[in-house]
Amino acid sequence: MPTFVRTDKCDGCKGQDKTACMYICPHDLMKLDKDGSETGHAMKAWNQEPEQCWECYSCVKICPQNAIECRHYADVVPLGGSVQPLRGTDSIMWTIKFRNGNMKRFKFPIRTTPEGSADPKAGKSDMDRANLDNPEILFTDDLHSCDKSQLVG
Amino acid sequence: MAEYKFGNPEIVEEEVDILIIGGGMAACGTAVEIPRWTQGLDLKIKLVDKAALARSGAVAQGLSAINTYIGENDPADYVRMVRTDLMGIIREDLVYDVGRHVDSSVHLFEEWGLPVWKQPGDEGKKLPEGGKPVRSGKWQIMINGESYKWIVAEAAQNALGVDRIDERVFVVKLVKDKNDPDRVAGAVGFSVREDKVFVYKFKCCLVACGGAVNVFRPRSVGEGTGRAWYPVWNAGSTYSMALEAGAEGTMLENRFVPARFKDGYGPVGAWFLLFKAKAMNAFGEDYQVKNAHLLEKHNYGNHAKGHVMGTCLRNHLMMEEMRNGMGPILMDTPTAMAKLAENMTPKEIKHLEAEAWEDFLDMTIGQCGVWAGENIEPDKEMSELMPTEPYLLGSHAGCAGLWVSGPTDIPGTPKEWSWGYRGMTTVPGLFTAGDGVGASGHKFSSGAFTEGRFCAKSMVKYALDNKDFKPELSKSVQELVDEIYAPVKTYLEHKDYTTAIDVNPHYITPKMLQFRLQKIMDEYVAGVATWYQTNAKMMDVAEKKLTMLKEDSLKMRAKDLHELLRAWENYHRILTAEAHMRHIRFREETRYPGYYYRTDFLDLDDDNWRVFVNSKYNVETNEWTLRKVPYKQLIKS
Ligand SMILES: Cc1cc2nc3c(=O)[nH]c(=O)nc-3n(C[C@H](O)[C@H](O)[C@H](O)COP(=O)(O)OP(=O)(O)OC[C@H]3O[C@@H](n4cnc5c(N)ncnc54)[C@H](O)[C@@H]3O)c2cc1C
Ligand code: SF4
Ligand code: SF4
Repeated sequence: MPTFVRTDKCDGCKGQDKTACMYICPHDLMKLDKDGSETGHAMKAWNQEPEQCWECYSCVKICPQNAIECRHYADVVPLGGSVQPLRGTDSIMWTIKFRNGNMKRFKFPIRTTPEGSADPKAGKSDMDRANLDNPEILFTDDLHSCDKSQLVG
Repeated sequence: MAEYKFGNPEIVEEEVDILIIGGGMAACGTAVEIPRWTQGLDLKIKLVDKAALARSGAVAQGLSAINTYIGENDPADYVRMVRTDLMGIIREDLVYDVGRHVDSSVHLFEEWGLPVWKQPGDEGKKLPEGGKPVRSGKWQIMINGESYKWIVAEAAQNALGVDRIDERVFVVKLVKDKNDPDRVAGAVGFSVREDKVFVYKFKCCLVACGGAVNVFRPRSVGEGTGRAWYPVWNAGSTYSMALEAGAEGTMLENRFVPARFKDGYGPVGAWFLLFKAKAMNAFGEDYQVKNAHLLEKHNYGNHAKGHVMGTCLRNHLMMEEMRNGMGPILMDTPTAMAKLAENMTPKEIKHLEAEAWEDFLDMTIGQCGVWAGENIEPDKEMSELMPTEPYLLGSHAGCAGLWVSGPTDIPGTPKEWSWGYRGMTTVPGLFTAGDGVGASGHKFSSGAFTEGRFCAKSMVKYALDNKDFKPELSKSVQELVDEIYAPVKTYLEHKDYTTAIDVNPHYITPKMLQFRLQKIMDEYVAGVATWYQTNAKMMDVAEKKLTMLKEDSLKMRAKDLHELLRAWENYHRILTAEAHMRHIRFREETRYPGYYYRTDFLDLDDDNWRVFVNSKYNVETNEWTLRKVPYKQLIKS
């Protein structure tokens, strides 16, 4: 299901020099149409190569206006269903709508720490460079207790 | 001041000690490990990624499990599993090394905030404190992994600092050193956002750009083309750039053909392992049992141990049914859920249902789209399974990649497996990790990250050992820029020759070039069109067609930066495809039935072919050399 952008919701990320969706799409698909020459909708984003969309939802999750949704691959999937997330800082809510109108909602945690806090340096000491050559040592110093008798030798 | 515009890019030159190319799991591992070993040193480090770190690579959507966590098992047992799965030919030194270190990486992920499922009673207890994880198999642990990559990227960014990271730079090629043609000294790439070409010089670099997808024609060819199982943006850059730089490839005949839920390619692992679902043919027969005797034919069962067998062999048993018209193959999700629900409260059943959906929502949202559109609820209706088109990768259940130097302390390791810096390829200064490392496999997200950490250490050592090395590029900067921007020049020069922008005898669009590549690979090199079968004669045809395709790739056009990106991605795909074809042709046996079949050599032939196949490419003469390298067992049977 390639993504589509709703004209009534997208505000072009308020004219900032990089829009959230352009910034995040791993495949360089989302593009801002500055003057409307490409889509007829100035200062709104669109998916410039829908058949290359992985449906990874990175753009959907990050859009501050919730303007991006997916219409599932037209050559594969019957119309009418939808899968839409709302991602917060510690959890994500999913709403799944079936073609027959059935709905399901799920909420899952996404992280246990405040955003921005993942710091690999915190509380870790520097390493002795004499151990650069020692294959048993990484900075975590947390090697598995190996049963060496299993080696052919 | 000159005006930079499309066709006249600004040139940015930068000299560093260590360049990290890629920003996926492996590269993030390097970014996180490196600062701990460089305190007090003035080492210049840069990381470049074609996308944004927070959502780049195979983990962009998230994952629902960490597939390699050793825990209560022994690393030696892990090696045995990988050996069985990859049909008896792996570098056991590399796999063992990942096994003994991988848990420490998983502990980091949890510390940074990744929610790891725990068994009842252990909630809130971290893994290192003895918290027991929920396993979906012997090696896998379940996570709430929507933000897996987001969290790992955050750690990598905090470790390096944002000014040492360039995003949206696609690296096109490595450059040899002017004075020492054996080693690499630089890399060139371009921004997909501004008219800028980047020329980096370095003492050493990591190439960790993932595996290759879209080399073969996908099963869906309309909008659904994007729904490959493997992330559409990994274009074989690791393999092609390293091969062009002279690095030795290994096991590039191997591929991965996952059997997944049809069309959405949603994961089946949790369904088989956690929910204990069974798959059957259209007539309700358990084809695994029905076709078990096939393992006695052609020696295919040589490396299977009872019902523990290679992923390719499970495909083999399934494909037999499909070839014989016994499809569709169905996963019996309703029975599995009903069975599990027998002893559960309604609340527990609801929880179970959520887990089943989360498995998709965390990593293959598109599958939910298929189910929603087709009104499929897994507790009420079965779903079809289907093997995908082939992908090349070295970190999932596949082992295509590069030949790298292993750890120095595993007794009995042949000299040829360990010649220097851990993770270095046969080209001095060129390192790889994750999908780049061949002849191992089953590393997955945690193992790829761990391999990146190994490379961090060895690249620091390399940079220190080569303090006085002053990199000089074998080509002039202008030559390199001209090469990279050639598709732009071609476009600007010829665009007005015809009235239709896409149809022009002077150029080919990257999209059409990709279609041509996919057609060749699909029809001649064991794609889905021939049910994964090929032979030497078919590959001779493929060689001829690929040669012309490679010539035509010089005539690709790029009408904007986005198309320039597609042009170079496809160039990387061609070389990757060619390596794959040449390896399959060289190996005169069928080592991976269910991944591909050599119809002219249907047997699995351990006497002659329980060996690695290694290859080298000479970019100057356009010649390939392939050779056998002996396998050696390092871990007891
Ligand atoms: C569908 C799927 C499901 C999976 N499920 C699981 C699972 O449940 N559990 C698990 O543990 N593992 C899983 N894996 C495996 C895991 O994702 C990989 O093993 C891991 O991501 C490999 O790491 P890597 O760094 O080699 O590649 P990646 O993480 O893919 O990173 C590649 C990086 O290179 C960059 N890049 C590519 N080309 C260039 C270029 N030319 N220039 C600059 N940058 C470039 C990309 O942007 C990206 O940042 C899954 C993989 C897939 C595809
Ligand atoms: S992120 Fe949303 S609001 Fe911003 S440009 Fe994209 S679609 Fe529009
Ligand atoms: S869903 Fe993913 S691939 Fe598709 S446009 Fe959005 S970010 Fe890009």
